[in-house]
Amino acid sequence: MSASLESVLQHPGIWRGNQRAQTAEDALPTGFAALDALLPGGGWPRGALTELLIERQGIGELRLLMPTLASLSRADGWLAWVAPPYVPYAAALAAAGIDLKRLVVAKPPSEADAWWTAEQALRSGACGVLLAWLRAADERRMRRLQLAAETGHTWGVLFRHARAAQDRSPAALRLLLEPAANGLAVHVLKRRGGPVSQPVILSMPQAGVARRARRTAPVLSLVQA
Amino acid sequence: MLWLAFHFRALSLEVFSRGAAAPAPLVVVEKQGSRTWVIACNDAAEACGVHVGMAASAAQALADGLVVRRRDPSAERESLAGLAVWAGRFTPSVSLAPPDGLLLEISTCLSLHRGLGKLLKQARSGVTEMGYAATMACAPSSHGAWLLAKAEIEKAIREPARLGSLLAALPVALLDQPPAVVEGLERVGARTLGECLRLPRAGVARRFGQALIDELDRALGRVPETRAFFEPPASFERALELPAPVQAAEALLFAARRLLPELEGFLSLRQAGVQELELACRHERRDPTIVKLGFVKPTRDAGRMQLLLRETLGRTRLPAPVHTIVLRAPLVLPLSASSGDLFQARNGEADGDLLLERLRIRLGKDAVHGIESAADHRPERAWRPCQEQNHAAAAANRHRPLWLLPQPLPCHDGRLQLKSGPERIESGWWDGGDVARDYYVAEDRNGAQLWVYCDRVSGEWFVHGVFA
Repeated sequence: MSASLESVLQHPGIWRGNQRAQTAEDALPTGFAALDALLPGGGWPRGALTELLIERQGIGELRLLMPTLASLSRADGWLAWVAPPYVPYAAALAAAGIDLKRLVVAKPPSEADAWWTAEQALRSGACGVLLAWLRAADERRMRRLQLAAETGHTWGVLFRHARAAQDRSPAALRLLLEPAANGLAVHVLKRRGGPVSQPVILSMPQAGVARRARRTAPVLSLVQA
Repeated sequence: MLWLAFHFRALSLEVFSRGAAAPAPLVVVEKQGSRTWVIACNDAAEACGVHVGMAASAAQALADGLVVRRRDPSAERESLAGLAVWAGRFTPSVSLAPPDGLLLEISTCLSLHRGLGKLLKQARSGVTEMGYAATMACAPSSHGAWLLAKAEIEKAIREPARLGSLLAALPVALLDQPPAVVEGLERVGARTLGECLRLPRAGVARRFGQALIDELDRALGRVPETRAFFEPPASFERALELPAPVQAAEALLFAARRLLPELEGFLSLRQAGVQELELACRHERRDPTIVKLGFVKPTRDAGRMQLLLRETLGRTRLPAPVHTIVLRAPLVLPLSASSGDLFQARNGEADGDLLLERLRIRLGKDAVHGIESAADHRPERAWRPCQEQNHAAAAANRHRPLWLLPQPLPCHDGRLQLKSGPERIESGWWDGGDVARDYYVAEDRNGAQLWVYCDRVSGEWFVHGVFA
């Protein structure tokens, strides 16, 4: 191999398909053995972006992260929530084992501020994880975030709409989430080290009280959620 | 005893010039009799041919754009007091030597600062940071150190014998004696302190007064000295007049940086920190612009203050040029001295606070908050945003959704399937915000799980949360 090619391959931004999993990547266990088995290093990639693509809120996309968030909240560093669509609810977070003292919510007034906030949180290295709900993503902004995550060695999670699945992205891990019977179907769209063809079905802790509803279903729907 | 003396040789000039990085040609003049003389000039003025002792009118003729300021003794007193406050970071025993000197007793605090060399280095860089120039000397007696500093002999003497030989070579003009006494000494051929000491004591005392003998004895450390120590003020407020009005944030930051070491000294002497700082920027014929700085935790770290000051000033729009800045610490909070970190562990806590402070500057204080749970059964009141994380354990409830909608949304036509419930919540009749609701978990056609309730008064359905 020529010397110049060798030096190019030394670049941390370049990964090669044949060195999956073995990479000494600092990974955060997801708490779901079936998912850990699919992810390089056996967990969420620290120091990189993870994209979670969903059609709509409320299918278990946060429950998927709860085991990791709970363990991160016991370590140093903030759990930063940037521009969340709703209010992260204290009682439910506490029930998932998250230490609320570590939680920081930022509600930037504009989209540009939101991107700035996410970048600062990643770059500072003071956060265990950044969760961000950002709009108007373009490749340049995504690349900046990915670089910031590498600099600060912080796990960045972006929640995006499923239609972004077709776009190119510098994120190290891209997962498409879909509801499944009693759980969540996770399609790995991109990971470091080769594609995965089959989705993995994770069973999620079910929401709400165990009691069955005695009432018959009313005719309802959501205006917007 | 070991004394450290500072002689601020250009104090009368620096009170005007230290607020800017590259000041214009500047002279300080003083009226003596009917004429006005130059008593100090900066390098820029000297380059134009101005020198000390010149008539003010002559200096003005030499240099173009020369700024002439009348000597301001009250500003010098204030500056000296500010310096004394700063020196409080080294030792609590600080004594003023007006108009342009400070004397610090440092024998008791040497080990705290890891030796004399380190202390002197810190002192030197601190003085420069504040925009002053000083001659520093150490000696076993305070007056001895002061004479050395005035003679510009920058030495650290610890043995009294060596001090004696050094002092012997100094001219008598340095002594704090009336001009008549100095002239008289020179007339009898005693030009240096050494020659003065060789004269018979009784004769000198009779001819020139006991005060001269006393001063020489004090300088050599032969008699104990009594010095009044400086009492630091109870609150911190320091003004700095800028040499010329400025509007650029960079120039303001430069000036504000001059004041931060004083604040740091003030806080470390009082074992305190600040959580809020105010920088008032005074304009001509206009209300001052107040720039506020907030810290997550009380701090006295000048570097951190400077960092936040830079970001805050960068985001502040000033309506007019600023002629004076005033730094104020409205509330001083106790803060124990920092203990050294044995293993140099990564201080994640400090980094985290800095991040929050930076976010708050750009996004606003309320846009960045933590979350805590509150003791209330009504879901919308069972949480609240908080600025400071307290240590109360949160009330966990696994039947709650991870997302709560800020406002319940009414449901309209379509289909939701109720999965489980009801959970009845009735509360708040006593404060006017009463609720009577039956909560259910529902699933919509896309498989999303929602927290819905039926209002038992109106019978209408609302969505209140999302099980994300």
